[in-house]
Order: sequence, then C-alpha cells, then structure tokens
Amino acid sequence: MPRLLQTGSQTVGPFFAYGLTPRQYGYNFPQIADGTIVGDAVAGERIRVTGRVLDGAGQPVEDALIEIWQADSQGVFPGPQRSANDGFTGFGRCGTGTDPERRFVFDTIKPGAPGPGQAPHLSVIVFMRGMLVHCFTRIYFPDEPANAGDPVLLAVPEARRHTLIAQADGPGRYRFDIRMQGDGETVFFEI
Amino acid sequence: MSFQPRDWRIHPPHLYEGYRSTVLRAPSQPLVPLSGPLSEHHGPAFPPAPPEEADLTRNGRVNGEPLGERIIVTGRVLDEDARPVANTLVELWQANAAGRYIHQADQHDAPLDPNFLGAGRCVTDAEGRYRFLTIKPGAYPWRNHPNAWRPQHIHFSLFGPAFATRLVTQMYFPGDPLHTLDPMFNSIPDPAARERLIARFSLDITEPEYALGYEFDIVLRGRLATPMEV
Repeated sequence: MPRLLQTGSQTVGPFFAYGLTPRQYGYNFPQIADGTIVGDAVAGERIRVTGRVLDGAGQPVEDALIEIWQADSQGVFPGPQRSANDGFTGFGRCGTGTDPERRFVFDTIKPGAPGPGQAPHLSVIVFMRGMLVHCFTRIYFPDEPANAGDPVLLAVPEARRHTLIAQADGPGRYRFDIRMQGDGETVFFEI
Repeated sequence: MSFQPRDWRIHPPHLYEGYRSTVLRAPSQPLVPLSGPLSEHHGPAFPPAPPEEADLTRNGRVNGEPLGERIIVTGRVLDEDARPVANTLVELWQANAAGRYIHQADQHDAPLDPNFLGAGRCVTDAEGRYRFLTIKPGAYPWRNHPNAWRPQHIHFSLFGPAFATRLVTQMYFPGDPLHTLDPMFNSIPDPAARERLIARFSLDITEPEYALGYEFDIVLRGRLATPMEV
C-alpha cells in the first residue's frame, strides 16, 4: 500500500511561457526543449506535425502548451540504459501562442513501432489555462497498416478512433487538431 | 514499469465551474483507460541545470538586485512509496513581489521589476531534493469573478520517471487569507490534499540575516506493485 499521497495537480495558467517555453516566446532564459525534436544527425524520416487546440466553441486556444514524447525511428525510447541516438531526446514542447494561426508545430522523425503489435505514434500531453489537470492523448499516422491491431486504438470505441489519427497534409506533413469538446472530441486517456 | 493511477480524490476534475475557463476546455467524454505496456511508462531525462538557474534573485538581474522578500524554497520529490525521485527536472515560474508576471499577457497594473524574471530550474539530487532561492511572489487580481484575487503562489512543473508521472502544480504560502476564496485551490476535492499544497515555514531552512525558508515536498505517482506488463 502506498504510504504517501499524491500532490494535487493545478493549472499551468496563462503565464507559463517564460517558465516553460522562454525561447519560443522571446524571453531571455534557456529552454530545455522546443518544437524541433531532432537535430540533423538523427536518423529517420523527417516529418512535421502541426495542429490547433480547439475549445468547446470551436475557437483556437492561444495559451495551450503541447508536449510530445516519442520513440526513435527504430521504436526505441531514449533512456539511461541506452546511449542517446545522436542527441535524440524523444521530447518536444511547443506553446500555441506564437504562431499566427495558433498552431503547435513539431519537426521530428517518424517514430518506429515501440513494441510488437503496436503502431507508430506520438504520446501527447495537453496543458492550458482552464485545465486543472493535464490531458493525455496520442497522435497516430494515416495509412499505417499496424493501426488495425494497435492495442490502444482497439481500446477506443471505433466511432472515436479517427480522432487519434493525423491527416496527411503533403509529403512528410501531418495535421492533428485537438478538440476539447463536441463533434469529433479528441479521445483522452487515463494512463 | 507501470504506475499507480492518478488519485481523483486529490486531483481536480476537468470541469470545475468555480473556475470559469474550465467550462469550454474540459473534455466532455470520459477518459479511456489504458493498461500497459505503454509508451507513457517511459519518459525524458534531462542533464543537471546550471546552478544559477535555481537562483531567481540573480538569473534576471540587469542593473541591480530584485525587490522583495528573499526566500528559500526547498523540499523533496518523492513517490507514493516514499522513494526519492532523483535526477528529475523541476521547473518553476512566478509573479514578482508586486504580483506582476513578466509575461506579455499580464496587464495587471503593478510594477515590473527590471531585475526579476521569475523563472527557475533545477534537477533533484540523489535524495530527491531541490532548492531555489527566489523572491516571495505577490497576490494579484484576475477576472474569474468580481474582486477575484489569486493567493501568493509559485507554479511547479515536474517529470518523474515517466511521461505518465508528469505533474504541474502550484505551491501556496502558509497563513494566506485568500486560500479558501480561490477556485483553483478549492478545486482539489479533498480538503487535506489542498492543505498539502501549502508550503511549511521552516526556521531550520531559514538563513540568518538572509532569507526565510519554506519547505514543500512533492509526491508523484508510485510504481504499481504488481506490474501489468508481462
């Protein structure tokens, strides 16, 4: 039995930018990660994933923070047991407040499948003002045969699975909007 | 490795009408439960941060010292089994002593401090300990309801061993009359869990002739005793 109790979550609020994404927003403080997840030396197929966060009125959210966690092109996660793949951290972070269309933009590599039976995906955390506890979701890729057998996609009611699959938006480009409520509400997970 | 579930007696609901902005931003469908193995059971690691990043009384200086009451904020990051969470990144951000954030979106009519940024970062040691030197933040108004004021607080962001153990929270100060009036504080369902967001004043941490000390321990999700992945 656990002996201590979890610390409660609180919102990031409207003013996270200079603490968590200072370089992106033009503040003079180092930033640990941004929307460019891979440098030139990392092996893999280059992709760009963009999208907006839409509230229950369909309006783009201009103060959301999106974080991405992913495996490398071989489906392996960075970790202490393994030397980094040419600086591949697997982690990216982008606020929606600097793009004119309120998009997040991630430049990365397409991940490999991290285990047998799984389809390639990006793990996502959504934070924003008005969200007291963060939401987990995932980005899957279209035209990926492994999607049909992915255990996470199969855990989602069939009618809602499409909300987890990005749309092709040109060569190496994908679009993934996150809808908080209403028609096409994105699936969020209890992980 | 998988983790204890989020404890919903402790974490706020997505929809909390006292905090108006949740109304259009809370998912309306129930969360879909997942079991392992999951990518989210892994997570990023970060190298140690330069020591000056943990000293907010210095990391924003332009031509002098920041104004306000110097404080030390320290504590341990632990999991539910009281294991220290070592080598994990702790990020914080806060208003200045006048209750003003340097953020461009903050239009509160209180002075900016040219020598205070309000952002800090450190990585926990082998015992899970972090330590910041900063300025006590001021309370400030917001527009959630008439005459609404946020209690003095510092925002914290933590990772822990996995994407699943990620936590963003706020630390409050003891004795603040605004706690019970604050929808964010009150959004925590369990009153005892609210109290655990309040730092403890510590004379042992206080440095004579220099700065008051506050202690704030943070507990992340623990490992699941019976791993679900086979």
